[in-house]
Amino acid sequence: MITLAVKDVRKRIGKKEIIKGINFELYDGEVFGFLGPNGAGKTTTIRMLTGLIKPTSGSISICGWDLKKDFTKAMMNMGCIVENPELYGFLTGYENLVHFARMIPGFENNRMNEVISLVGLNQRIHDKVKTYSLGMRQRLGIAQALLGNPKVLILDEPTNGLDPAGIREMRQFIRELAEREGLSVLVSSHLLSEIQLLCDRVAIISKGTVIKTDRVEALLSSQEKMIWNLNPIDKGEEILSKYTEVTRGEGTLITEFDEDQAAEWCRELVSLGVRVTGMNRKLPALEDLFLELTGGDSID
Amino acid sequence: MINLVQNEMLKLLARKRLVIVGIILSVLVILFTYAQFQTVQTQLKKLGTTDWRTALQQQIVDAQNRMTNSRIPDDFKEELEVRVKQQQYYLDNDINPAVPGAPSFTRQFLENSIDLLLPLLIMVIASDLVSSEFSIGSIKLLLARPVKRWKILLSKYITLLLAISVILALLGVVSYLISGIVFGYKGWTAPVFAGFKITDTGFDTSAANVIPQWRFLLMDFGVVWFAAVVVGTLSFMVSVLVRSTAAGMGIILALLIAGAILSNMVSSWTSAKYLFMLNLRLTDYLNGSPPPISGMTLTFSLMVLAVWWLLAMIVSFTVFTKKDIY
Repeated sequence: MITLAVKDVRKRIGKKEIIKGINFELYDGEVFGFLGPNGAGKTTTIRMLTGLIKPTSGSISICGWDLKKDFTKAMMNMGCIVENPELYGFLTGYENLVHFARMIPGFENNRMNEVISLVGLNQRIHDKVKTYSLGMRQRLGIAQALLGNPKVLILDEPTNGLDPAGIREMRQFIRELAEREGLSVLVSSHLLSEIQLLCDRVAIISKGTVIKTDRVEALLSSQEKMIWNLNPIDKGEEILSKYTEVTRGEGTLITEFDEDQAAEWCRELVSLGVRVTGMNRKLPALEDLFLELTGGDSID
Repeated sequence: MINLVQNEMLKLLARKRLVIVGIILSVLVILFTYAQFQTVQTQLKKLGTTDWRTALQQQIVDAQNRMTNSRIPDDFKEELEVRVKQQQYYLDNDINPAVPGAPSFTRQFLENSIDLLLPLLIMVIASDLVSSEFSIGSIKLLLARPVKRWKILLSKYITLLLAISVILALLGVVSYLISGIVFGYKGWTAPVFAGFKITDTGFDTSAANVIPQWRFLLMDFGVVWFAAVVVGTLSFMVSVLVRSTAAGMGIILALLIAGAILSNMVSSWTSAKYLFMLNLRLTDYLNGSPPPISGMTLTFSLMVLAVWWLLAMIVSFTVFTKKDIY
């Protein structure tokens, strides 16, 4: 089931078109990654999805409700954190949740405790938010996003500022939400490894357009590489370059991975007196993939 | 909508803004009560009597002496003249214009705080109702909700109206209770003249009539509330337009002070009467003080303020509902 559909969304500010037609869809139960360098339009897109910025053209629908025409009904199905969860520090965690719960039509009070225990904040919920650590604020942010039982959860940089343990915990938590509760979770991150570990599908965005949307594994396997440890290396390079493109790594040679050809090439090398000490298949990091797809557009 | 107003109240109270306003008011009232008390003491020493008739007569004589001085400016002379005529009218009718007591003090305090003190206190609350959401960043969480934007802004505006009412009530209660310790709590039914008119020909007492002080006080509170709402709405608009609370406060503060300065020097620049700052002293029309620019009347000032109010409302709501939040 499609929970979020983004069709040809554009945003123009002055004469400059900063989002040049973005399309993608989210299905229930999946974690969708939103990846792009700074300034690619990630945050602008997320702000359009959450109704903070109005698109110049195109349509966004959440669970079938058009965000422009049925704003209230569409937003009933969405929870979000845009950038850092900037909650009211002068209120307690509980008061913050009460505040946002009051903005949900037909809110049922037992949901409050459900959400608090879901994010594990029972101990500190009656303390002022200004005394919270960043990790606790992040969790309170998620709690407020989940208050209305949304079908779509949008998290902008959810692991920003968390320590390694917190990051792992957050990752597990997001996977659980998608797998157990069937939510669609859209996650943007500048940490490529994060997206790789967390997401089912990923959209790569650069300069205001989505340049590729695919399953994470599919994207990576299409770019799988073979690492060769050969001795002597120069002779090995000479032989391999007859069949395929070879690049030199640190004491290794790197070629594309071709399931049918690899064994053939290996036999050839051995028969010509090159010692093959290692053959490793390697999935590229999303980072390399990204550089390849965008032609070197920078990412941090 | 009640839910949303509750939210805004929760935030307002948690930040103790009203408590601060209450403390400022109490301190000022104590100060003014003491000053008033000193004035009475000095007068007593000077005249040797507490009889208000003697005191009033002395004031009239003093003013007339000043008017004979050729070096005082014309508009000040006119103002003195009106005051003398008013005091003479009180004397002729054997009515004390300032019966000592907490109600008189409250009335005086109210009439003197309408164009600067009260607007400043209201500004403290109005100017960060919206802009603080921007500076905290919570605006992103506040607007990404299944609630239309105009409703959120309206809830904030209703909160502002409630806060203004609370501040006014606070002003009344605090000044009554504190000044009463010194001047006594009596004087609600003391007679006061209402309906003086300042026309081109001068001071007009034809419509003057005596009403009890409590009614006069009620009328004062009515017009003060209206003036406060207009200033509050303008601060509210600035709060929508300017992200920084400090900058917003600066703008309103500058306008209010400019108004206070201008009112003393614009008698010849007549189009200045359309500025909202010069129309705030609505209580002057009730007690018969001359307006900053001749020809201004209560109805005129109410109309001017209403137009400013309407413009501020239109600007606030259109900008807030259309604005892209970055």
